[in-house]
Amino acid sequence: MSDVVFKPKILVFSTDKISDPGIDQAGLRKIHYSPAVYVISLPCSSGIKPKWILHAFEKGFDGVFIAADGHECSYSPKCPEHTNRIIEESQILMKANNINPKRIRMAAICSVCAEPFSSHMENFSKILIGLEDMKVETGKVL
Amino acid sequence: MKERIGVYICHCGGNISDYVDVDELSKMFQEEDGVIVSKDVMFTCADSNQKDMVKDIQDHNLDAIVVASCSPKLHLHTFKNVASRAGLNPTNYVQVNIREQCSWPHSDQPREATVKAAGLIRAGINRVSHSESLDNIEISVKKSVLVLGAGVSGMKAAIDLARLGNEVYLVEKDYFVGGRIAQAEKLFMAGEKGTEIISKLFGELKSHNNITLFTGATIEKASGSLGNFHVDVKIKPRYIRGKADPVLVQRAIEECSVFINDEFNFGLSKRKAIYKNYPEAFPDVPVLNPEALRNQQEFISKYASCFDLDQQDEVLSLIVGSVLVTTGFDSYQPKVNEYGYGNIANVLTLPEFNRLVALSPDKLIYNDKPVNKIAFIYCVGNREKKGENKYCSRQCCSAAIYSSLELKEKYQGIKAYHLYRDIRTYGKQEILFEKSSRQGDIYIRFDEKEPPVVEQVGTSLMVKVKDYLTYKKELEVQADIVVLVTGMVAREDSQQISETFKIPIGSDKFFNEIHPKLKPVETVIKGVYIGGACQGPKNISESVQSSLSAVAKINALLKSGTVSIDPVIANINNDLCTWCGKCAEVCEYTAIREIENGDKHIAAVNKAICTGCGICAPICPVNAIEIAQFTDLEIESMIDGFMSKIEIPEQAALTEKNEDGEVLKMKEFPQIWKNIVHSINGDKKTVLQISQELAVDKDIIMYHVMTMHKYSVLVANGMDQKQQYYYYSLKK
Repeated sequence: MSDVVFKPKILVFSTDKISDPGIDQAGLRKIHYSPAVYVISLPCSSGIKPKWILHAFEKGFDGVFIAADGHECSYSPKCPEHTNRIIEESQILMKANNINPKRIRMAAICSVCAEPFSSHMENFSKILIGLEDMKVETGKVL
Repeated sequence: MKERIGVYICHCGGNISDYVDVDELSKMFQEEDGVIVSKDVMFTCADSNQKDMVKDIQDHNLDAIVVASCSPKLHLHTFKNVASRAGLNPTNYVQVNIREQCSWPHSDQPREATVKAAGLIRAGINRVSHSESLDNIEISVKKSVLVLGAGVSGMKAAIDLARLGNEVYLVEKDYFVGGRIAQAEKLFMAGEKGTEIISKLFGELKSHNNITLFTGATIEKASGSLGNFHVDVKIKPRYIRGKADPVLVQRAIEECSVFINDEFNFGLSKRKAIYKNYPEAFPDVPVLNPEALRNQQEFISKYASCFDLDQQDEVLSLIVGSVLVTTGFDSYQPKVNEYGYGNIANVLTLPEFNRLVALSPDKLIYNDKPVNKIAFIYCVGNREKKGENKYCSRQCCSAAIYSSLELKEKYQGIKAYHLYRDIRTYGKQEILFEKSSRQGDIYIRFDEKEPPVVEQVGTSLMVKVKDYLTYKKELEVQADIVVLVTGMVAREDSQQISETFKIPIGSDKFFNEIHPKLKPVETVIKGVYIGGACQGPKNISESVQSSLSAVAKINALLKSGTVSIDPVIANINNDLCTWCGKCAEVCEYTAIREIENGDKHIAAVNKAICTGCGICAPICPVNAIEIAQFTDLEIESMIDGFMSKIEIPEQAALTEKNEDGEVLKMKEFPQIWKNIVHSINGDKKTVLQISQELAVDKDIIMYHVMTMHKYSVLVANGMDQKQQYYYYSLKK
């Protein structure tokens, strides 16, 4: 069977004060996104360790999405810089482990960004499906 | 490692169990290693269940609990309290969100929602099994508060903090209290005088012995943390002797012949070199400008008992438990030639115009010419799509319309034109707009892309505007004065205050609260609060409301003398740390410093200052930093939990009978699955056939058929003749 539906598993790192309430709101408003999306909430996206990201890929996640606070971060005005640095370091680690650096993505998700979150998940899934080096396993429905 | 874990899965009425098979999940986790109790409960937050949980923890000697229910934003503290009541450390509790992040967003795919919920709960169990028992950090605090800024918000906050028994230090940069409202002759809606409100508040300030007011004062430096902030206050001299005879000082003012620019009136008038902002200004002690009187030796000598030109800046050190910043805002200052400002003489900002009105009791005259026609241009320096200030200051529409109403009451023959983009007189202020429209003010709407153009024509002004509501017909408005209705911007010194107290600044340059709805006056710096318009545009009543809610927060924080804070902070692994200083460099709060530890130098975290943001953790080259409750073990074990194999028994999927009498548990299936089952019935069909019969896109049918196949609702039953599609039939 070649005509199968592949739902990429996406790990989302969210922030408990801003982007997590936005993701909660998508649920509250019954805005659907892929059930293969799993969320870990942290205080700030600047605290994500690249080794966690690598661990997620090693364990089989197809993509990692960082739902950041952007310039609204209540901890640091430099949050976007720190988070970008973490992504860059993660991508270096990913390359060294033969993982396509396009499998990580970041966007600012605010506390009312329900629709943007859902569309980010949809777009990211499409990107992951379209990546040539993604291993599309037959029957990998969920 | 926790080995006696209790798992509680909530039906939430049907909010969760309508889509997620919670019965099956609770059975599944009964078999999980380390899980002693696994239950599904109609409402986990119900009192009866909370009591059962306490009993379970005690009877089974549970060492950790997981509740899979709604968002932690709702019930995290409910279940932490359950743990505490049962004698279990609340840090050994994990809440798993299977409602907002599972049953609700995936209500269209119940089977997948059940599988996801299983992964989320397993991740929760993994995380809690690595949790450590951590005690809250107890800090003793001083019952004293620094209130920065003695505008209306700061004064009101200081009075109420003092009334609640706190020692208050009120610090004002200007020599006189009151802030911006002193410059407004009358305030909307009720028309009180700003100066009268200040007099009343100052009277209350004076009646409290536990308030110390510093005027002409700024913060030189601040250090310390919640409970014990060390603050140096620099006080500029007034050059008036403390024990000067007020009668003699008054005589000196009358005799003073040197005039200087009157900043209080935006340079619209001159004031004497010994002055008060306005006659009733408080404190009731004037200020002397030493530069202006430098050459008036004879005058200075005559009043030597009143003046002391040798007075120096004074620095006082204070220790306070908490800080409330109520520094207010600046009015937007138009750029040179923005609507002619600075180039054309009769173009003023609204605050400048209000002072002109206050200084003109009978007739409105400006630049020696009577003023009858006034054109207000709205949204100046605000709501800029391309500029820096994208926000709306929301009080300026009401302020301008109120000024226009007052003008007509005060003077004869005034004609007002309002050139606006949108009128935002929200709430009760709509009455002002209605009144202004009824009295004949003319409102002309313009498009942001084609703003009005102000030109000098002879001795008067001509404003050209394209009227948006009449297909942009160009109108010309002749005016004696053009008033630019300017919005609010962050104060010029807000960057410096932000650096002193480490308060984050938002993209609009105002101070940032933790959360605009849930923690609107708290900053990420423990013990530092914000109130009033330093946080963003507000009118007076909104400013006072926010500063008073900060008062309630501060009082609750300080009243017991000790503060208990969350143990979510950075922890340094002393063995791994070799002190490179990178963590201290990125810490916004200077919570990390270098210390000696035996024969090496390492990083140490100040527990009272650390916010637990985690910025320092990924930058450590030797991975010596972990944030409590977000350790590598906890996060990585969660990832393992998400990806672990979930085996949900196949029979759990079926509950209804199909037309052939086969038992199918269809209750929780989405409608499309039911339609597919009915379409196939006892037969075998391809995806293409089902798609055509149900008139649903082939790819959607393909997805659902594959999912139904995976969960053994359907089975493949040979291929079609062209060998393109599989046939599917119901699993017997």
